[in-house]
Amino acid sequence: MDSALFGKLTVSAIPFDNAIVMWTVGVALTMGAVILGLVTYYGKWSYLWKEWLTSVDHKRIGVMYVILALVMLLRGFADAIMMRAQQAVAEGPSQGYLPPYHYDQIFSAHGTIMIIFVAMPFFIGLMNIAVPLQIGARDVAFPFMNAISLWLTVISAALVMVSLGVGDFSHAGWTGYPPLSESQYSPGPGVDYWIWSLQLGGIGTLMTGINFFVTIVKMRAPGMTYMKMPVFTWAIFVTTALIMMAFPVLTVTLGLLTLDRYLGMHFFTNNLGGNLMMFPNLFWIWGHPEVYIVILPAFGMFSEVVATFSQKRLFGYHSMIYASIAIGVLSFAVWLHHFFTMGAGADVNAFFGIATMIIAVPTGVKIFNWLFTMYRGRVQFTTPVLWTLAFIVTFTIGGMTGVLMSVPAADFVLHNSEFLVAHFHNMLIPGALFGYFAGYAYWFPKAFGFRLDEKWGKRAFWAWAIGFLVAFMPLYALGFMGMPRRLSHYDNPAWQPYLEVAAAGAAIIFVGIVCQVMQLIVSIKNRAALRDVTGDPWNGHTLEWAVASPPPFYNFAEIPVVHDLDAFTDMKEKGIAYQRPAKYRDIHMPRNTPAGFIIGMFAFSFGFAMIWYIWWLALASAFGMLITLIVRSLNDNVDYYVPAAEVERIENEHHRQMADAGATGVNAEPAPYFAHQV
Amino acid sequence: MENAKQTRRGWLPQGALACTAGCGGGHWALLDPMGPIGADEKTLILTAFGLMLIVVVPVIVMTFAFAWKYRASNKAATYQPKWDYSGKIETIVWIVPAVIVAALSVLVWKSSHDLSPYKPIASNIPPVRVEAVAMDWKWLFIYPDLGIATVNKLVIPTGVPVSFRITSDTVMSSFFIPRLGSQIYAMAGMQTRLHLVAAHDGTYEGLNTQFSGAGFSGMYFDTVATSRQGFDAWVKQVRQAPGTLDAAAFKALETPSQNDPPAYFSAVKPHLFDDIIQKYMANPPRPAQAPGMKMGV
Amino acid sequence: MTAEVLTYPAAHADHGHDATATQTFGFWLYIMTDCVLFASIFATFAVLSHNYAGGPTGKELFNLRYVFGETMFLLFSSVTYGFAVLAMNRDARNQVMGWLIVTFFLGLGFIGMEVNEFTRMILEGNGPDRSGFLSAFFTLVGTHGTHVSFGLIWMAVMIFQVAGKGLTTPVRSRLMRLSMFWHFLDIVWIGVFTIVYLLGAM
Repeated sequence: MDSALFGKLTVSAIPFDNAIVMWTVGVALTMGAVILGLVTYYGKWSYLWKEWLTSVDHKRIGVMYVILALVMLLRGFADAIMMRAQQAVAEGPSQGYLPPYHYDQIFSAHGTIMIIFVAMPFFIGLMNIAVPLQIGARDVAFPFMNAISLWLTVISAALVMVSLGVGDFSHAGWTGYPPLSESQYSPGPGVDYWIWSLQLGGIGTLMTGINFFVTIVKMRAPGMTYMKMPVFTWAIFVTTALIMMAFPVLTVTLGLLTLDRYLGMHFFTNNLGGNLMMFPNLFWIWGHPEVYIVILPAFGMFSEVVATFSQKRLFGYHSMIYASIAIGVLSFAVWLHHFFTMGAGADVNAFFGIATMIIAVPTGVKIFNWLFTMYRGRVQFTTPVLWTLAFIVTFTIGGMTGVLMSVPAADFVLHNSEFLVAHFHNMLIPGALFGYFAGYAYWFPKAFGFRLDEKWGKRAFWAWAIGFLVAFMPLYALGFMGMPRRLSHYDNPAWQPYLEVAAAGAAIIFVGIVCQVMQLIVSIKNRAALRDVTGDPWNGHTLEWAVASPPPFYNFAEIPVVHDLDAFTDMKEKGIAYQRPAKYRDIHMPRNTPAGFIIGMFAFSFGFAMIWYIWWLALASAFGMLITLIVRSLNDNVDYYVPAAEVERIENEHHRQMADAGATGVNAEPAPYFAHQV
Repeated sequence: MENAKQTRRGWLPQGALACTAGCGGGHWALLDPMGPIGADEKTLILTAFGLMLIVVVPVIVMTFAFAWKYRASNKAATYQPKWDYSGKIETIVWIVPAVIVAALSVLVWKSSHDLSPYKPIASNIPPVRVEAVAMDWKWLFIYPDLGIATVNKLVIPTGVPVSFRITSDTVMSSFFIPRLGSQIYAMAGMQTRLHLVAAHDGTYEGLNTQFSGAGFSGMYFDTVATSRQGFDAWVKQVRQAPGTLDAAAFKALETPSQNDPPAYFSAVKPHLFDDIIQKYMANPPRPAQAPGMKMGV
Repeated sequence: MTAEVLTYPAAHADHGHDATATQTFGFWLYIMTDCVLFASIFATFAVLSHNYAGGPTGKELFNLRYVFGETMFLLFSSVTYGFAVLAMNRDARNQVMGWLIVTFFLGLGFIGMEVNEFTRMILEGNGPDRSGFLSAFFTLVGTHGTHVSFGLIWMAVMIFQVAGKGLTTPVRSRLMRLSMFWHFLDIVWIGVFTIVYLLGAM
């Protein structure tokens, strides 16, 4: 019987008898304790609270998103290593070291974490850092809502982490198909952890989608028409539109499953009028656009990187934009290809198969346009460019296998196989993650004021690229050998060598991750040498490079006027890149507020309470969120003016540093004789 | 498929070792089909693969060629930083993929209809009817015309079409015999269809490909394709099995179990398959109606 | 933001953030996402609308006359909210509060009738766990009802804000957004009334 005070939660929910879990929890807790200890030791609590946790600055929020993504990448990758190790050994008489109960949770957590808590926060973080700067804005449209989005995402990831030590996680796969995910077949809290972490994080993402769409529509610098918008901003523009159309469907899908599980309803149950196939339909109406939600931003990053480091304008800008829009529209017309084997008629299958293939056309166009951007350029083989080249080659292969599976009759034998696993990793690792890594190296100096170490970056790249091929090419082969996905054990000695190779591939990727950690440490150590004084370390094309690195909190002392797609290149060519206004003006900025953080904390206790059926706490937390919002709405004093003198002081300092470093086109002294730019 | 095997061996020596050690002809299940459905699907995959190479190979070559030729250190190469549009190139990069996708679309339309799992296999020989039920975690096969049933063992006569009706008594599963071709979902309260035929005698692994819980990994069975005489002899053998599948025996079978060995039932409760479907139907038909015919998939 | 700065009241915004137009546009987008949300639930209802599982049908359950009365409460609340906005445009603070209070009670009446209908059905054993159809019915109607309830909380807060702060720019902006929300829920209800009740009872 559930207790009124603790719901279903008892001490036995903590798996003291499971050594692997307890060891992992121990490591996580120790790391947490070390970080908290360091913060206390250096007396940084006040700084952390005032400058970060309560911040509504899009750049700080972006950095926090990226940190979340990188931390969760470690967790998701630990899951991957465990799965690869299990499959490499669990043949025939050997059962491996993971029982199905544990293995099933690991692959469910791996998928959920990698999509929702790595891919999403990674690109959302980078877009937070770059988009307002690219469009010449001082902030996003709704800075406070931005903070709520961040904290909802953080606490959702925290819920997944808590499931490690308290109770268990879902065993029903990251897609959570019912009826397996219904309470009849999954009575424990695992599926509820999955539901609430996706649900709360999804709401945060939806708010981000609205926020950035409005930001892009309403806050572009004067002169920046839609067809002069940087290509990354365009990618985000399409992405946020997809988020707004797709995420409400996720909210509903999870909501209906919640009602089934909590109130005994019959949406997806086997009996009493439920319809289980409605779930895959709804799930993938969100899920397929979601694939493009994580890939389109990476496309945008590749576009920026390839143009900047080819020292050339992007080839076929208009085609790129139309291709992004076409991909976005088509992404809503293909969801059924995730279950051609449902038994729909041949006409329906053929329709969705063809619609899926059509997406290959705009995607192909993008690939050719990147290639022709390098053509007649001067390609610098920096780390971001290496990621881009590896992406183009491997993504093309992944695209090919994708088109193969979009042929329904071919999918009848490839569906649910290791071929599918290889395919979607082949899309998401090069197509999304490599893009984010490129964007991470590209915008890192903008966010922190110093570049990342290239040597360690290249080592990481080679380990990742080779590791990826070694880990996933064997899975294509296994697909042809008839091996299904998600096996915790198998009786086929012919499969084992391939799985051993795949495990070796995962180990090589691990080397890549170690290199990335090293890169960060080495770069921080050598930050003086890697310092980006001008704010324009790559001879960039777009406005984010026009401001200091890291940018002042108000971004632009004077909102720039845009005359060309490559607005900053245009300014540099006209010799007005570092021109200063005759007179600085007061700048209107939002105030920091703890309300976003507080709402996040209440959302965490709400989610935890719902998972464990602690109704009083759920009610109290919901009430807490509501009250926080109302109190915040009563306060009209939410923004302030930065006085012109303060702006002038900060800008003078930046120009003095540039002049000291001998940057060209820069004057140390303010130049009052320049006409004010309109 | 010796060719494919050779090339794979070329880049992956362990595969060759494993093959000499353990596996027979069925190593590359999808590339070594034992029935016309699987064979058509293999041809389809290879055709689509070939068509796509028309774009994929040039892209990969161009990536390396462009990156190398236009490397920053190569000052001999043309450098046009403002060159950002060419109508000719744009037209080609839109048209070529579009033409290939158009060709593939024709292929999709034809193959989706020709290889629809619902389409009976044209043959002079009347098909063997089999009703397959996904259970936790085993497959139940009912031969309604023969009045027998098996668990985790499917025996079919070679060269005779097999007409499956498929459902689930538990969560969603997917019925698949890789070397014969197409898979299809098994879903409670619904019936899906599948038509397969084995062209050669042999033992082929069948399985559930849709993750269904703790016992999923052990949910496979042997499919034995044998001559008509061999099949008849096997049926006779099953008819002598001690167990029958009545309501009580079915109830016992519904208890979740893992890695079950094959089991035979000499008799089956009539209409068991339809009863299983009706158990989960949203609006169970009244007794007068024909049961389980249309499930609205 | 370590800078020591003077603070000004946020009377205007010079570059668009949090300006009324931006907020209105953002809120309009939120309503569009809510449209998608309701569309998904409507679609679910359409799929399950005949999955009675041996339970009662809409024809047996719905009292059209009762629901019509309920509908009138909501429709009239939209009209009275319109009067509140007109009063706001005339800067008539007391009238705004008056109309908001009338609207609040009309909305409360609507919710009261809905809760009463739900309670009756559940007590008769026809709760949302009875069949797929009833699950979809309770969820669709209940999701709308939850939206209206949040609208009521918001309205109560606004009544106090109008009383305490007067018709300041932020208060006006919020009243306009609540207005959009309230009319949107009216439109959704017309869909619910038609598809769930009218078609269900026929």
